[in-house]
Amino acid sequence: MHELSVCQALLAQVAAVARAHDAQGVRAVRLRVGPLSGVEVSLLKQAYPVASAGTLAESSELLIELAPIRVKCETCGAESEAQPNRLLCARCGDDHTRLMSGDELMLMSVELVI
Amino acid sequence: MCNTCGCNITPGNRKHAYTPVAGTTAVSVLQNLLAKNDDQAAHNRAHFDQHGVLTINLMSAPGSGKTTLLEATIETLKDAFRIGVIEGDLATENDAARIRAKGVPAHQITTGSACHLDAHMVHEALHHFPLEGLDFLFIENVGNLVCPASFDLGQHRNVTLLSVTEGDDKPAKYPVMFRAADCVLLTKCDLLPLLEDFDPARAEGYVRNLANDAPVLRLSARNGQGLNAWFDWLRQTRAQQQARLAAGGTTRPKARPEGAPLNETPA
Ligand SMILES: Nc1nc2c(ncn2[C@@H]2O[C@H](COP(=O)(O)OP(=O)(O)OP(=O)(O)O)[C@@H](O)[C@H]2O)c(=O)[nH]1
Ligand SMILES: [Zn+2]
Ligand SMILES: [Zn+2]
Ligand SMILES: [Zn+2]
Ligand SMILES: [Zn+2]
Repeated sequence: MHELSVCQALLAQVAAVARAHDAQGVRAVRLRVGPLSGVEVSLLKQAYPVASAGTLAESSELLIELAPIRVKCETCGAESEAQPNRLLCARCGDDHTRLMSGDELMLMSVELVI
Repeated sequence: MCNTCGCNITPGNRKHAYTPVAGTTAVSVLQNLLAKNDDQAAHNRAHFDQHGVLTINLMSAPGSGKTTLLEATIETLKDAFRIGVIEGDLATENDAARIRAKGVPAHQITTGSACHLDAHMVHEALHHFPLEGLDFLFIENVGNLVCPASFDLGQHRNVTLLSVTEGDDKPAKYPVMFRAADCVLLTKCDLLPLLEDFDPARAEGYVRNLANDAPVLRLSARNGQGLNAWFDWLRQTRAQQQARLAAGGTTRPKARPEGAPLNETPA
């Protein structure tokens, strides 16, 4: 499991943003994570307090927004919601789809105490 | 991606970018958490492209037959192609020793107990591993069906092995890994007569459910069945990459954007 190393990469990015704004502290960190990112949200939440201890982001809140899985069909053009292991078009059932959302692992924003 | 001017805020994600809260200043970032790894991977890919080497990342559960397949591949292809191997079996030198015994250079990444390779480990390995004159570089990732799929190493193609002893529903249980595969190998097919509940067609169906049209090849490194289709895939994939390089382009594994230009000079 690599959620701790993902957390460390996250905190390095948060620290860079905080430094660039001369922040006193970090109140909250917002992520957007999709089920196909390969990262387990519950493990990320567990790892965060450990990884952030002793940093500017210590005791900040980790807010995770779950991205839905959406696919666009290359055959009929429909866009639909899908399951992680069933990325088929909901309209025509075709398996030639393109993932529009669901693999995100994004740092969206940071709330800083300036 | 630029994080200072806001050019990565698109109409699709703008609504997520700003959430001001009283007493604090919300700063929009919109950066992938693995951006640093991805930058390093792009740098590695530029190294590979500079030397015209096709790099293939082999992933599977522990013991699915990655090293055995590499041994059989080297055996057949080593007269026609120059092959190098980077081994990610982090605890022992065993796999690298097996490859060297076939007369091919191998470097073992030894970083302790990590559960996946990342782009920085591979770059470090490249310092000990001359790419000059290589046709194929195989990277045998750590045996693990979860983490390795999330970390781009700079490879051109991902190959995922599924041995018939593991069960044919693995692609449904590990969609991130099997979605990332440019080629799926059903290995140890010599054992199929003993394993009535493994249905290769069902395994392939689970791969198709992931909207992945990668070839699903059935083979055995033990008795040699199906290996020619794998060798053909390797030769064809290399020829396609040679053509892209000649045209000033390169390629990345399928689950990632295609057609990035060769605009990076490695340091
Ligand atoms: N019957 C059979 N056994 C195989 C085949 N390929 C590999 N094996 C056996 O499977 C075991 C594991 O093979 P390896 O090649 O070491 O597997 P690996 O994926 O490199 O293993 P790790 O690096 O530890 O993850 C060994 O005992 C091999 O002899 C095959 O085609 N048929
Ligand atoms: Zn890992
Ligand atoms: Zn459709
Ligand atoms: Zn091995
Ligand atoms: Zn370099």
